[in-house]
Amino acid sequence: MEIVKGGMVCGPEGCVLKTEPDTSVDLLGIELDNPVIPASGTFGFGKEFKDLYDINILGTFSFKGTTLEPRFGNPTPRIAETPNGMINAVGLQNPGVIAVRDRELPEMKEFFHKPVMANVSGFAVDEYQKTVELLCGQDQIGWFEVNISCPNVHGGGMAFGTDPAMAQKVTEAVKKVADKPVIMKLSPNVTDITEIAKACEAGGADGLSLINTLLGMRIDLKTKKPVIANTMGGFSGSAILPVALRMVYQVYNTVNLPIIGMGGVSSAKDVIEMMLAGATAVGVGAANLTDPFASKKIIGFMATGRQNMCVFQALLDRSDSSERFTESSAVRATGSVSLRWAS
Amino acid sequence: MKEEIFKINSNVLIAENTYEMELLGDTSEIVRPGQFVNIKLDGFFLRRPISVCDTEEGRMTLIYKAVGEGTELMTKLAPGTRLNILTGLGNGFDLSLSGDHPVLIGGGAGIPPMYSLCKALISVLSPENIKVVLGFNTEEEIFYLREFQDLGVDVRVATADGSYGTKGFVTDVLKDLDYTFFYTCGPMPMFRAIEAIAKTSGQYSFEERMGCGFGACMGCSMMMADGSYKRVCKEGPVFRREEILWK
Repeated sequence: MEIVKGGMVCGPEGCVLKTEPDTSVDLLGIELDNPVIPASGTFGFGKEFKDLYDINILGTFSFKGTTLEPRFGNPTPRIAETPNGMINAVGLQNPGVIAVRDRELPEMKEFFHKPVMANVSGFAVDEYQKTVELLCGQDQIGWFEVNISCPNVHGGGMAFGTDPAMAQKVTEAVKKVADKPVIMKLSPNVTDITEIAKACEAGGADGLSLINTLLGMRIDLKTKKPVIANTMGGFSGSAILPVALRMVYQVYNTVNLPIIGMGGVSSAKDVIEMMLAGATAVGVGAANLTDPFASKKIIGFMATGRQNMCVFQALLDRSDSSERFTESSAVRATGSVSLRWAS
Repeated sequence: MKEEIFKINSNVLIAENTYEMELLGDTSEIVRPGQFVNIKLDGFFLRRPISVCDTEEGRMTLIYKAVGEGTELMTKLAPGTRLNILTGLGNGFDLSLSGDHPVLIGGGAGIPPMYSLCKALISVLSPENIKVVLGFNTEEEIFYLREFQDLGVDVRVATADGSYGTKGFVTDVLKDLDYTFFYTCGPMPMFRAIEAIAKTSGQYSFEERMGCGFGACMGCSMMMADGSYKRVCKEGPVFRREEILWK
């Protein structure tokens, strides 16, 4: 018997006893109590959730995508349903960076006492830079998450995330001014996501978030017109988990940057699966919308499910080691951890 | 807002394509007429927002039309079925604005919240001072006429095909009425017709496709007359006539 990190007492057959579960992970120098991060656009600025539960239980959350100027966003309908998912075309509705800095952040300070992730977006390279610049010097912000993958705005957003040269340019521009680690949020709407990941790494990114939503659409049979006023939108929800996992796995094996894995995560099992694919922390998106307590439930389950914790602990031990996985060793390690999961 | 498990007590057809579902569970979060609930259905990702027709302690009545796959499924749910429901969503109507003889105007699927509003108003006004105008396409679609009449209020009906009551739309009745304030819920063409002839201030209850129903996703935002935005699910669904931007 040996005692490992988190007060787990383990034997050769795996965990036999759990004392104080430690679910903490290190994300670019900041310790998160757990790897669960509500994804940008599904958690606002925290206000709608703080009355439902103490959101300080979260690892952190990524606030609503913020742009230089205030934006109303797209016309309605902005929402469509799909099997096991949804499509949204909100279009980066937000009050603008000044209002976020001077109103939302001070308000947030009252109920969220951890570093928050600042999600920013733009329509030109210098807009990204200015927006980040205006958020510098804010103690509440722990990381910048730079959205180069919004499918719902024209002339920007995803355009930066589908062209490696542009992705690198945005990364470099933001890195020049940012006073916190820069995490680039990647689009899945590309032929090879590793190309974009490599470009961000070359541009100096500190980490990567993936995936944003998949471009999709629905058509109303009665009207014979798209359900969404903007015709297309971002497809999310549990249906996209396999795509997200595959991309996290590919990127993990290509670049040497910590990854926030997201896309269709709705349970503690999904979180662990994401981490097995290579994620350091895990975003929870659309699940927060259909179940406002989803993130809380996931965290609760991770802290109590003993068998899950065995797997989780193994992952944490792995992240402690300086050795990176290669594709083949990842498969091996995944296999061995999976055996414990099944036992 | 509260997440609650409700048990279906009954689920019956009350008019053409129109169903009444009575649910048992904690209704304490529903504090104003015009609020809505958001129902999780097996096999569907998004919840179904439905306005509350009536509540008593531990009992809630919803009236819904089968208009899509989700509501079609709802018609098949048997008594005893348990449903995960987010309750107490939205702002609801403001009773203090009614004046001494308001009119309530409901069109089709917009009628249910008018019933709880009517019940709430008769606790502060005498029933004969409350007028109710109900609009349907045809006689087969009429529901809750008796229930409104039983409250002792002055109920008028308009049907588009003239098969019952006044032939035409709710506005064909409304134009001859005297009232201090109006409350309404129904389809957008009806709202536009009311807006064109209404003589007083009023409150409209809006409908929109929603992602979450509690203000998180920004899926149902509405641009207001002052250039601000409001969420139909959170600051709404009820908005004052003067704050609405009519496009």
